[in-house]
Amino acid sequence: MATLEIRDLHVTVEADNATKEILKGVDLTVKQGETHAIMGPNGSGKSTLAYSLAGHPKYTVTGGTVLLDGEDVLEMSVDERARAGLFLAMQYPVEVPGVSVSNFLRTSATAVRGEAPKLRTWVKEVKEAMERLSIDPSFAERNVNEGFSGGEKKRHEILQLELLKPKIAILDETDSGLDVDALRIVSEGVNRVRETGEVGTLLITHYTRILRYIKPDQVHVFAGGRIVESGGPELADKLEAEGYEAYTKGGASE
Amino acid sequence: MAEAQNIPAGSMTAGQIAVAAESTVATRMSAPPSFDVADFPVPHGREEEWRFTPLERLRGLHDGTAVASGDSLKVAVEAPEGVTVELVGRDDPRLGRAGTPVDRVAAQAYSAFERAGVVTVPKETVLTEPIRISVHGQGGVAYGHQVIELGAFAEAVVVIDHTGDVVTAANVEYVLGDGAKLTVVSVQDWDDKAVHVAQHNALVGRDAGFKSVVVTFGGDVVRLHPRVSYAGTGGEAELYGLYFTDAGQHQEHRLLVDHNTPHCKSNVAYKGALQGDNAHAVWIGDVLIEAKAEGTDTYEMNRNLVLTDGARVDSVPNLEIETGEIVGAGHASATGRFDDEQLFYLMARGIPEQEARRLVVRGFFAELVQQIGVADIEERLLAKIEQELEVSVA
Repeated sequence: MATLEIRDLHVTVEADNATKEILKGVDLTVKQGETHAIMGPNGSGKSTLAYSLAGHPKYTVTGGTVLLDGEDVLEMSVDERARAGLFLAMQYPVEVPGVSVSNFLRTSATAVRGEAPKLRTWVKEVKEAMERLSIDPSFAERNVNEGFSGGEKKRHEILQLELLKPKIAILDETDSGLDVDALRIVSEGVNRVRETGEVGTLLITHYTRILRYIKPDQVHVFAGGRIVESGGPELADKLEAEGYEAYTKGGASE
Repeated sequence: MAEAQNIPAGSMTAGQIAVAAESTVATRMSAPPSFDVADFPVPHGREEEWRFTPLERLRGLHDGTAVASGDSLKVAVEAPEGVTVELVGRDDPRLGRAGTPVDRVAAQAYSAFERAGVVTVPKETVLTEPIRISVHGQGGVAYGHQVIELGAFAEAVVVIDHTGDVVTAANVEYVLGDGAKLTVVSVQDWDDKAVHVAQHNALVGRDAGFKSVVVTFGGDVVRLHPRVSYAGTGGEAELYGLYFTDAGQHQEHRLLVDHNTPHCKSNVAYKGALQGDNAHAVWIGDVLIEAKAEGTDTYEMNRNLVLTDGARVDSVPNLEIETGEIVGAGHASATGRFDDEQLFYLMARGIPEQEARRLVVRGFFAELVQQIGVADIEERLLAKIEQELEVSVA
């Protein structure tokens, strides 16, 4: 069973000619089949965690370990992490002019699966996945994320999640900026992947709203660059009622 | 997409549209067109037509110090049956009909060449195989002149390949009879040190179709000036260009479409990728719609993709309209960067760095390559683009 183990992770970022520590000792274990929600106020370092796990060059790991099935993730390049089974659904997916969605999906699937998918089954697979996410077929010929609305970008991220079938999926504020309909469609996509039991999900969010659609096994409160409290789904209810104030007082936050 | 550095005013997407009482396209040249080099002062680099060009790297083409040496260029023409291939003297009446040199280097070429090549496709001859002209530099300095003429209703594809090392200036004329169709692919695949400055003049006959595909990969300095004018109504010109500018290279494409005749069309699309320190691409797109050119339909576009830091693009579209009685006129210019975020996004989906770069560049050029309409040329260009990427990424 695939397991992602994060131990005492410290991460810094360069900003305004100064080095700033954002993650200050994160400990977390996510197993295949589990769903963990990470909730926290703005600036708590949630997205830094997501991007650090994916290997974004902006972030420097200064301490700790990240293992995927015992393999050292921090030693891997960005593309190696993806091929090892890590997937990051981004909060702000990037426009890639000149590259069509269909070309991008196929290139990506070929890289992750280690061989080019058979054309006939692939076309069908993509078509069905797009239908389930209510993505218009014309999107296949559009350039990646170019001119997509916020909701379209997020659905496109979840489309990739469904096609790439990672071991560990990190969803970075996938719910932000979505209306209720889009949130439902996106959540259904995530749930389809979860129901396979083959993915461990790290759901990063600011709001409890998405947890009505995607039920976490565990909820972690993230503040000041680390996990400050963990519990079951009931913790989310507490956050819904009381907000983050209890965790942001005393200067723990950035 | 972010903008490349050092884009001059007027190079943005909106560009500039001048509605001029007299042509600034013509008047901003420092001297009127002439076949005689003596009519042009030696440029100092601040003239409008020279301000982007590194004169010190022209190796004397612009100031008379570059003297032709023998055997500098080996030219071979491979033509299907029915095509006439000749070498003619300077006084041949078929020279100089499609246009007049507009700058000092073009005039220098016209004043200095010894023999001109003339390729003629007789009227109503439709070629099924391309005419292939190989121009190979063997060091030294050369001045050249080439005429390609199609009689009425003739159809031909001409592929001109430039390879090797030379310092050369030339004029190329395309003369299209009524209803003729000519596609010319000019590939600049020079060695690193070559210098190539040329003016291309196309005179498009009544209802004729001219398609030019300019592909520039090599050379130290390549500065091409394709120009089009029309000899009758109903003419159509498509000018496509593709360049891949590497570290230290200066590649300049300056275009002029002179809508001097009513009811003609033009479509210009140039795309370039740049990679490496001091890679410099210049694109000047001038379209002039003269007062008498009613019913004109024109569009010009330039796109650049900057792959690394240290590269520079100057892109200046310029549209001058002297009559409002036209079908359409538009232009666009944009320069984008392939940035770290795009690279991260593609790599985060398992795609290795080199392949990510290839994916973006291939996608960028694919649409344009498909416009060429000559299958073996399309394949060759895609392969060449791949090769450029291998070399420069590695």
